[in-house]
Amino acid sequence: MSPALQGLLTIAIGVSGCVGYFYLSNQFLDKVLFPPRGPNAGRNINRANMIRPWLFLFPALAALGLYLAYPVVETLRLSLTERVPGGGYRWVGLDNYTQMAAEPKFWEAMRNNMFWLIVVPAMSTAFGLLVAQLTDRIRWGNFAKSLIFMPMAISFVGASVIWKLVYDSRPAEQDQIGILNALYIFFGGAEPQTWLTVPFWNSFFLMIVLIWIQTGFAMVILSAALRGIPEETIEAAILDGANPFQIFFRIKVPQIKTTILVVWTTITITVLKVFDIVFAMTNGQWETQVLANYMYDKLFRGDDWGVGSASAMVIMLLVTPILIWNVRNARKEME
Amino acid sequence: MSELKLTDVAKTYGSIDVLKHIDLDIDTGELIVFVGPSGCGKSTLLRMIAGLEKISGGTLEIEGQVMNDVPPAQRGIAMVFQSYALYPHMTVRENMAFALKIAKMPTAEVDAAVERAARILQLEPFLDRLPKALSGGQRQRVAIGRAIVRDPKVYLFDEPLSNLDAALRVATRIEIARLKEAMPDSTMIYVTHDQVEAMTLASRIVVLANKGVAQVGTPLELYETPDNEFVAQFIGSPAMNLLPGVISGTGEQTSIKLDSGGTAVSSIATDPDQMGLKVNIGVRPEDFFADEASGFFEGDVDFIEALGEVTLLYFASASDADGVVAKFPGIEKNLRGHKVKLNADPAKVHLFHNGVSIRKRS
Repeated sequence: MSPALQGLLTIAIGVSGCVGYFYLSNQFLDKVLFPPRGPNAGRNINRANMIRPWLFLFPALAALGLYLAYPVVETLRLSLTERVPGGGYRWVGLDNYTQMAAEPKFWEAMRNNMFWLIVVPAMSTAFGLLVAQLTDRIRWGNFAKSLIFMPMAISFVGASVIWKLVYDSRPAEQDQIGILNALYIFFGGAEPQTWLTVPFWNSFFLMIVLIWIQTGFAMVILSAALRGIPEETIEAAILDGANPFQIFFRIKVPQIKTTILVVWTTITITVLKVFDIVFAMTNGQWETQVLANYMYDKLFRGDDWGVGSASAMVIMLLVTPILIWNVRNARKEME
Repeated sequence: MSELKLTDVAKTYGSIDVLKHIDLDIDTGELIVFVGPSGCGKSTLLRMIAGLEKISGGTLEIEGQVMNDVPPAQRGIAMVFQSYALYPHMTVRENMAFALKIAKMPTAEVDAAVERAARILQLEPFLDRLPKALSGGQRQRVAIGRAIVRDPKVYLFDEPLSNLDAALRVATRIEIARLKEAMPDSTMIYVTHDQVEAMTLASRIVVLANKGVAQVGTPLELYETPDNEFVAQFIGSPAMNLLPGVISGTGEQTSIKLDSGGTAVSSIATDPDQMGLKVNIGVRPEDFFADEASGFFEGDVDFIEALGEVTLLYFASASDADGVVAKFPGIEKNLRGHKVKLNADPAKVHLFHNGVSIRKRS
């Protein structure tokens, strides 16, 4: 069978399966299980209505359970076992975690992740807010916003390739194709630098890529929030004698505080999971390792499922509280 | 002394005139009300005084100083918005203190000013609440309090009662009137489309229409001697009846032969050369009374609205597109379908030629 036909068939079976599931399960509920007839008709209707939401939720819950909840449990199990040569697993308790904690590369990844965590959400949100405010009232503001939003449409790997060219370095006697080196030489730098190999600073060069991407996201959300501020409160502040800075920081920003928090925490979660950029640009060399790339190294390169799973658990533990906080804030914003 | 003076003020958006030739002299302690139909520019004029809209032409003076290009905060004005415009993230106290803190007033003085305003407006129990925990009326009081603490020369109110329900509107209106009495030296400018607010609050009313001032005067001046048909019909409810006719007798009193048949008499004097002039007579519904013998307007009562204290009679009339309305005291339920002949005291019969009062011309 041709693949196209196979695809169509899959779609047809999938869709009709879904429709069939909802139709038949509801029919079963109403006609067989709790029919609205006989002496208990009223009670049956109530019971059927209590069960119905679960019928609708069941497929989603099952899929989420299979692809989210089960992997968490399995990862936890893997992180507490080791593979025995020749097949089978052995329970090792927290050995994988202690082994990981003894590795300097893990702590390098933790430290770098903390830097990312502080710098990227702060800078993205700050730039996003700045751009949103500055482009609000000017004629070409929307054009500027489109440009700044564009990186959002580029994949992290694509962005990494672009920025690798920015940081590119050629031997001194050749022309520099990396714009950073070109500028560096133009402004009197002695010889071209291999930027991505300069420890400590190279992490920041990687962060710039993510900031470049996430600023567009922050800008769009914050721009909408700024527009939602009642115009009269700003006019009242003008009459009260506030200058533009006071209006921005004391009237506007407090009114969109929850949105800023949501943007901040959303970017934070992205940052904790950052993998592609590091993978594509330095692969964690020259002290740029981060947790997700460390996990990938252990799991798929080192084939060490125990420590790899342990690092995955660490990432999950770091993300979860921020995620909960984020959802709470988003709910608060909706009120 | 003239507190606020507008000279030939105009507002244009591009090539569109919104307001032009606005001349106005407002004295200290007056409560001026701007009224007019929607879109007449009354709010725009207020916002120009506030400094939120640029003045396209003419001058605005406050206490003799030209204010056209002075920033809003330094004009000595405070404004109360229709939507209250409270800062939602600040408590009532912080809302009222904001302007003073921006002005770097010492904390003790700020607290004293806020406490004083809160006492006047009975907001003391709510000082530490956020605006969202207040009712509409309380929010509007906070907005007024925010104006009071700044101790401005001129208060500007932009339809402050429009967002309140009917009962609260009356209560707040009386509160504003009391507030004005308590502060006899402060000047207030008040924009509304509600003529009851205008009539009850104003020391003088400015009626805005057709991009300019239609008439300025005390509420009763506007009611008793409107300068033109627009003001005549805008002030008073239901609107003044206009009946077309021709002047058929001049002198101390004027006789008008109405197109619908009868002859009305007005106590407005006319000259002999005005004989035969096409005019509209204007009679307020409440000035009509039934007069079988010598009434000048006869019609069938087409519809009745009995309001208890008064009864509104709507006349079906062949010639007048607008129809004639009369307001009789008390309950008159049985008149529907009957012919009624109406008359009015000559002193209450207004005369307009080309829309302008004849009284004003002579």
